[in-house]
Amino acid sequence: MFSLQDLEKKINSELTTKINSSKIHHSQIYISIDGEDLLEVILFLKNNENTKFRQLIDITAVDYPQNDKRFKLVYLLLSHEYNKRTIIECFINEDEIINSITSIFPAANWMEREVFDMYGIKFKDHPDLRRILTDYGFEGFPLRKDFPLTGHNEVRYSEDQKKVIYEPVKLEQNYRNFDYSSPWEGTKYMNKINKDK
Amino acid sequence: MTKQSKTLNLNFGPQHPAAHGVLRLILELDGEVVEKADPHIGLLHRGTEKLIEHKTYTQAVPYFDRLDYVAPMNQEHAFALAIEKILKIEVPIRAQYIRVLFCEIGRILSHILNITTQALDVGALTPSLWGFEERETLMTFYERASGSRLHANYFRAGGVHKDLPRGLESDISEFAKKFPRIIDDLESLLTDNRIFKQRNVDIGVVTKQDALDYSFSGVMLRGSNIAWDLRKSQPYDCYDQMEFNIPVGKNGDCYDRYLCRVEEMRESLKIIDQCLKNMPKGPVKAMDGKITPPPKKVLKESMEALIHHFKLFTEGYRVDKDEIYTAVEAPKGEFGVYLISDGSSKPYKCKIRAPGFSHLQAMDYLIKGHMLADVPAVLGSLDIVFGEIDR
Repeated sequence: MFSLQDLEKKINSELTTKINSSKIHHSQIYISIDGEDLLEVILFLKNNENTKFRQLIDITAVDYPQNDKRFKLVYLLLSHEYNKRTIIECFINEDEIINSITSIFPAANWMEREVFDMYGIKFKDHPDLRRILTDYGFEGFPLRKDFPLTGHNEVRYSEDQKKVIYEPVKLEQNYRNFDYSSPWEGTKYMNKINKDK
Repeated sequence: MTKQSKTLNLNFGPQHPAAHGVLRLILELDGEVVEKADPHIGLLHRGTEKLIEHKTYTQAVPYFDRLDYVAPMNQEHAFALAIEKILKIEVPIRAQYIRVLFCEIGRILSHILNITTQALDVGALTPSLWGFEERETLMTFYERASGSRLHANYFRAGGVHKDLPRGLESDISEFAKKFPRIIDDLESLLTDNRIFKQRNVDIGVVTKQDALDYSFSGVMLRGSNIAWDLRKSQPYDCYDQMEFNIPVGKNGDCYDRYLCRVEEMRESLKIIDQCLKNMPKGPVKAMDGKITPPPKKVLKESMEALIHHFKLFTEGYRVDKDEIYTAVEAPKGEFGVYLISDGSSKPYKCKIRAPGFSHLQAMDYLIKGHMLADVPAVLGSLDIVFGEIDR
């Protein structure tokens, strides 16, 4: 068995330019790469004798609307042999298409479908890129930060039409989101004043 | 005359009793042989991850009960651990023991449900009647500790909500003494049962390599002879002080997975025994007033406690900017929480990794070439619960 530090060094020396940065945090290795190197890096980590990250745990994305590259794609890998975990991240633009890793891990199929469903990120060469969790005919990407919590449509059974119908959301009371942050250190308007100073 | 063969499309679910919830499975059949299975999921999608982004860390806990609703506390555990690691909170020993104790109770709850309903799917009614009686007893333990049979909302970052009520420990230990008999009874109905074996042996075989490739975890992995259990390999809380074995299967079929689950219940009982025997007295949550609410009686006397209480239940506690993935060995497999905090009192992103999601994904691979009647058997042995798959 070797330590996380050794593993990090090995990955860095083998992949050199493909890795933008790496760190060890919470006893896991965090690796930051570019979107176009994704396939090579994942393939290397899966098959190399010294890494053997042979299980894909999950794929997810994070939305940062204020960034130039809006989405952060996150790949979580696990190595049973060495009992290590790694988190791979890459930033992509809103309209960028990223390679699918279904050819390396068949389990990526649904995970990528979920990312597509929730964030609208498209994957190249994905065998079956359909929506997965949302309703048939759903529009919009719910986990994006600009998607409202209440959604756009609601469903009910209409007694008149004798069928289930979709209508725009009508709220009896507006969604209330109070700012409970401490007035002298946390609220939005104080943060703004502090920043201007 | 040549016979024309045509494939038949069949909708299995979403209201089929053997679909274990709201699964809509579209099967392509050639006679009775399944050629393709396309699971449509999401009929129970409630947007848990989106909702959590709009709630404080304390308010987010109940959502975890509603994922895999047959073993709620195991999931709260993953979320609590994630926050504790970011905030570097020391959890008191007694709280660790209580959490492990209830996680194992959750494991038994889940395995009883799975074993008995799988038996129900292949034609045996009695096990479910016997098993559900025991589940009821276990859920009373949940109720006595947390106030609720199912949606416990009991684990907190830093410990648990309340100490165990008087008498609960001895009642659990009494149950742990009696329960092996019940497992024996269940086994006498199923393990050597000719029909049960015919329906499960050599059905839904998973090879080692495929188990890895399809991101299987938990019993699905161990049934295929891979000895991997997060409680042993990456122990959390006080699991490193517990002595227990990891049962593994040999052939990776439905029957081996059933056997693994039965053995795991026995191992869980061992852990429960050790917990009850070694549980020390002491506090059950971290003493940091910025994270855990003060006891009620102090509220009347201490101004500081009052402020803490007010801030905790309005703003909530803040979690430093960080990014973490923590996983626990839930009854169904690796349940993980990928949490991104931004320094405020609400998570910026909380991705929930549900084991059943990957397991159900492999349905097409597992069922191809099997008969239609094998579909419920394979589904049953996957141990899927739609609360966690659809989130």
